[in-house]
Amino acid sequence: MTLTEKILARASGKTRVAAGDNVWVNVDVLMTHDVCGPGTIGVFKREFGKAAKVWDPKRVVIIPDHYIFTADSMSNRNVDILREFVKEQGLPYFYDVIDDPDGHWQFDVSKGQTQKQYGSKYTGVCHTTLPWKGHTRPGEILFGTDSHTCMAGAFNQFATGIGNTDAGFILGTGKLLIKVPESMRFFMEGAMQPGVMAKDVILHVIGDIGFDGATYRAMQWEGPGVYGMNMDDRMTIANMAIEAGGKNAMFPCDQKTIDYVNERTAENGTKSEFEPVELDGDQKFIYDKVFDLSKLEPTVACHPDPGQRKLAKEMSNVSLDRAYIGSCTGGKTSDFLAFAQVVKGKTVKIDTFGVPATTKVVQELKDTQWDGQSVWSILESAGVRMTENASCAACLGGPVDTFGRLNTPMKCISATNRNFPGRMGNKESQVFLASPYTVAASALTGKVTDPREFIS
Amino acid sequence: MSHTLTSPVYVCADNIDTDQIIPAQYLTLVPTIPEEYEKLGSYALIGLPDDLYPTRFVPEGGLKTPYKIVIAGRNFGCGSSREHAPIALGAAGVEAVVADSFARIFFRNCVATGELYPYDANERLCDVIKTGDIATLDFDADTLTVHGKTYSLKPLGEVRPVIDAGGIFNYARNTGMIAAKA
Repeated sequence: MTLTEKILARASGKTRVAAGDNVWVNVDVLMTHDVCGPGTIGVFKREFGKAAKVWDPKRVVIIPDHYIFTADSMSNRNVDILREFVKEQGLPYFYDVIDDPDGHWQFDVSKGQTQKQYGSKYTGVCHTTLPWKGHTRPGEILFGTDSHTCMAGAFNQFATGIGNTDAGFILGTGKLLIKVPESMRFFMEGAMQPGVMAKDVILHVIGDIGFDGATYRAMQWEGPGVYGMNMDDRMTIANMAIEAGGKNAMFPCDQKTIDYVNERTAENGTKSEFEPVELDGDQKFIYDKVFDLSKLEPTVACHPDPGQRKLAKEMSNVSLDRAYIGSCTGGKTSDFLAFAQVVKGKTVKIDTFGVPATTKVVQELKDTQWDGQSVWSILESAGVRMTENASCAACLGGPVDTFGRLNTPMKCISATNRNFPGRMGNKESQVFLASPYTVAASALTGKVTDPREFIS
Repeated sequence: MSHTLTSPVYVCADNIDTDQIIPAQYLTLVPTIPEEYEKLGSYALIGLPDDLYPTRFVPEGGLKTPYKIVIAGRNFGCGSSREHAPIALGAAGVEAVVADSFARIFFRNCVATGELYPYDANERLCDVIKTGDIATLDFDADTLTVHGKTYSLKPLGEVRPVIDAGGIFNYARNTGMIAAKA
């Protein structure tokens, strides 16, 4: 069996499953957020009754992260709906924006967009929060009401996005009926060359198979190239399985995975036992291809979808209006450090926005010193508009007052994961997806730029 | 519902993603609140680029669409897992989408909510049918007839009774998989 099949077999109490089987799986963790949580709660109450209790409070994780730092009253209300439900159900894992469990959230416009407006529990983007707060474990089943839930496949777990109705069903029963996907294998050899990042790997692969090339399928990553990657790299790759239509991403478990998970479950006091799934000899793949990481170059996905692959060096004639770094995919500490390495001591030429994925990323960028200056200050000195308000922000447009949102037609290069028309706001805009290195180099020149021009 | 549906159709091309079906700024509406459900319908397909789609899907100021059938190309509903997408179409009055192919989560959300029937076409219809053409969809024969020409569709199979029932909860109750409502 493939890694995905092994996890689904275990979760459904069977010794074997095969692609195409429909199985009821027991859910380890259900995650929801402010955009789909209120609807999920609505479905749960409608179907199971007003007095219904969730199947297991410790397995529900609620992370407000999408539309938080906005004056939009409906958005603020939606965070209140989550808080009310958490209180009623006694849920232990809720990363609220305010500290008062009886309070109401209201964004204070007068403080502006960049200054911190959250309490001690708030974390930021859900997919980056889950591993940080000790909710991802090898061998487990995670569902989330968000398509980028597949990011947790980096941790050797089955993780995928679902809608509100399915999530409401899980809240009441702890189970879901799913089809076992066929698996595709992406076998990585070699190592990435300087200037190339995990983002380039996934953009290259999506360009290769097409952005519906993995529809209904599991994308399993193997090979020495994969073991050479750190967990952040694996997360970037797993995150974008959905951009090829994939159901989930799946990485093997190694010592790096185990150390990462152990450290975070210990730090947070979350469940610490887990059982990884190991690679079998008899795996069946519907697609199997070897990639040489050392041959990859900085890659861009052009408007209007993540499969429009080009090399950055071929695009130096494309002028840009804006650069953006942030999101679950591209807003981790390692992403900002790569970005800062390129812009350090220089000045960006176009409007450039930086939105850390989590409040921990904010702290790490402030704490990391290079030549006596914090990375945060290096970025600001280069002209990057940094906000302390970690969230999904303009990656998905959001309410019109969202930080960094494209409110007029423009061309933006972005370290995020999706670039369909209107994704970051204005529907006549064009978004180019690239690595933090490439976004940084392009911010400096105002054109799509191969970052190797700036990296020695 | 009746076993055939006759309606003007709305035609879109490949890769209509969830941001074009219901742009992110409208996700503040909660689908289980009835008046917000209706409002979601009024924004269905409002994210389509105006230059490619000069005909509005839902007339300005209206809540419902005159097009109960949508014809699309490959990969309809790709992108986000937002259930607001099939719900917005359903709330606007759409009963079926006939596409070359669907993205996985969108397809599943159509079935789970019972909002609309996602039909896979056997040939590329979005190139030969135009917005405003009158079509008849036969749910028993699995065909779409436009201008006297009949196109076969891939049968819905086991998802049809779930959608007929109005989604997975109703289906599960009707078939005894979960207990009836107290």
